[in-house]
Amino acid sequence: MDVPVIELENVAYSYGGGELLSDISLKLAPGSFHFLTGPSGAGKTTFLKLCYGALVPTSGYARLFNRDVRDLDRDAIALVRRRVGVVHQDCQFLDHLPVAENIALPLTVSGQDSIAQQSNLKELMAWVGLNNRANALPPELSGGERQRAALARALIMSPDVILADEPTGNVDWEMSQRLLRLLVELNKMGKTVMIATHDLALIRAAKSQVQARVLRISNRRLQLAGADL
Amino acid sequence: MKNVISNVLAVFTAHGSSDRVVPPTGFTARLTVFTAAAMALLAVFALALALASGRLARQWGNELARTSTVRISAPAEQMAEQTAIALRVLQTTPGVAEARALSAEEQQALLEPWFGPDLPVANLPIPQLIDIVETGDGYDSAGLRLRLSAEVPGAVLDDHTRWRKPLVSAAARLRLLGWMSILLIGGTMAAMVTLAANAALAANAQVIAVLRLVGAKDDYIAAAFVRRFTLRALAGAGIGTVVGMLAILILPSTGETEGFLTGIGFRGSHWIWPMLIPPLTGAVAFAATQMAAKRVLGALR
Ligand SMILES: Nc1ncnc2c1ncn2[C@@H]1O[C@H](COP(=O)(O)OP(=O)(O)OP(=O)(O)O)[C@@H](O)[C@H]1O
Ligand SMILES: [Mg+2]
Repeated sequence: MDVPVIELENVAYSYGGGELLSDISLKLAPGSFHFLTGPSGAGKTTFLKLCYGALVPTSGYARLFNRDVRDLDRDAIALVRRRVGVVHQDCQFLDHLPVAENIALPLTVSGQDSIAQQSNLKELMAWVGLNNRANALPPELSGGERQRAALARALIMSPDVILADEPTGNVDWEMSQRLLRLLVELNKMGKTVMIATHDLALIRAAKSQVQARVLRISNRRLQLAGADL
Repeated sequence: MKNVISNVLAVFTAHGSSDRVVPPTGFTARLTVFTAAAMALLAVFALALALASGRLARQWGNELARTSTVRISAPAEQMAEQTAIALRVLQTTPGVAEARALSAEEQQALLEPWFGPDLPVANLPIPQLIDIVETGDGYDSAGLRLRLSAEVPGAVLDDHTRWRKPLVSAAARLRLLGWMSILLIGGTMAAMVTLAANAALAANAQVIAVLRLVGAKDDYIAAAFVRRFTLRALAGAGIGTVVGMLAILILPSTGETEGFLTGIGFRGSHWIWPMLIPPLTGAVAFAATQMAAKRVLGALR
């Protein structure tokens, strides 16, 4: 088996109170497709943060691209973020910059603001249906538009890994299907994808398109969800 | 060291884009420029004060060292005798390090500016001058005057430069104060820029968090703030320095007569000094903002 892009080994995490996640082990093989479910407050967002180095396990090991997060200095973490596209649940934009510039932000901060990338940007914005909103400011967008912009920003660096936290929470069924197809397509190109979602219908729809594993966080543990979906 | 240099270079070259990713902060920007200008203006004045009082202290000090004199006016036939007596009196006076009668040539040289080189000194009733070099503590001039008047009727003790002695130490003290003011102004400047930079960093905590999330390195984020504050401080200090130098330039001057108030200003190569204020202010702002940014970023993963 290939070296996992992300590997958690006996990871526990607590924000200071009791343990929120316990004894979690997982290997994300390159090119794999995962869903992550669980009740609200179970720790899905926390889990994803452990996967892109925003949080460090309180015990156990998290290895990103085969390097222990504890060994990563600040610049190394920045570099990891360029290889992991994250769709944040709360989107996180710079409100003073137009949508197009927000989507291009990962390119801007890594000094890759080239012409080729600009045409990439146009294509991507068309794909998520935002090219007529390019000059709008993020606060002027609808919830669904924000999520599509967040997805576009996660993809702009064409990252190895895509971690999406509720990417379809605010969009209609048709749009959520389109976003899913986009993610599946990226997965077919070899990207590793993990989607945290409540939306069981989305998971069911995906099962016909891609071989996906479904993980569930319950009672602080990570379980493989059965065929009951 | 290499790191410092590359950081400095980054401020002026790297990513112009990082200017845009941090929203403009109109008010703190104007405040920083104003503060830098005001501080630079004060620094110019303090510098002028320090340099001028240093110059005066040196000049007055030289005049002091150049001794006092005893002038002997006597009929030509008594001149040599009175001079000898006066010298003896002086040599036995505590506080006199050295007493020496000027030669005819030296006296002629002193008079030359007034009467030309051809003055026949020997044939004129010119007073004899005796140079006195004091020891550190000096002598008791009242006592010396009494002894001289008793033994050498034609002697006059001229110690008019002595009153400047306290002025010399005052000028030296003033110079010290001037330099201390400059240090304080520099420190205040650093503190102000740190406060302004901290305010800007705090106001933009969300922006910084987003930039970290999308993979911006600390240097990139810091550069946006550092460049802003460095350039503002540089601009403000430039304005303040120019205004201050102009103000010093148009101070009335009385030329050669070196009064203290008219002596404040820059002479010759000293004009270089105020020109160092803007780059130094820029450097102070650079260091202050760099440190503030490092601290804020360090608290964020
Ligand atoms: N920074 C934090 N400090 C303290 N507690 C936190 C922090 N972030 C999250 N929590 C708590 O940890 C728990 C898990 O949060 P998390 O956001 O991971 O849940 P989630 O599964 O993503 O929920 P949802 O489905 O609602 O998004 C919650 O109880 C939350 O209140
Ligand atoms: Mg969540």
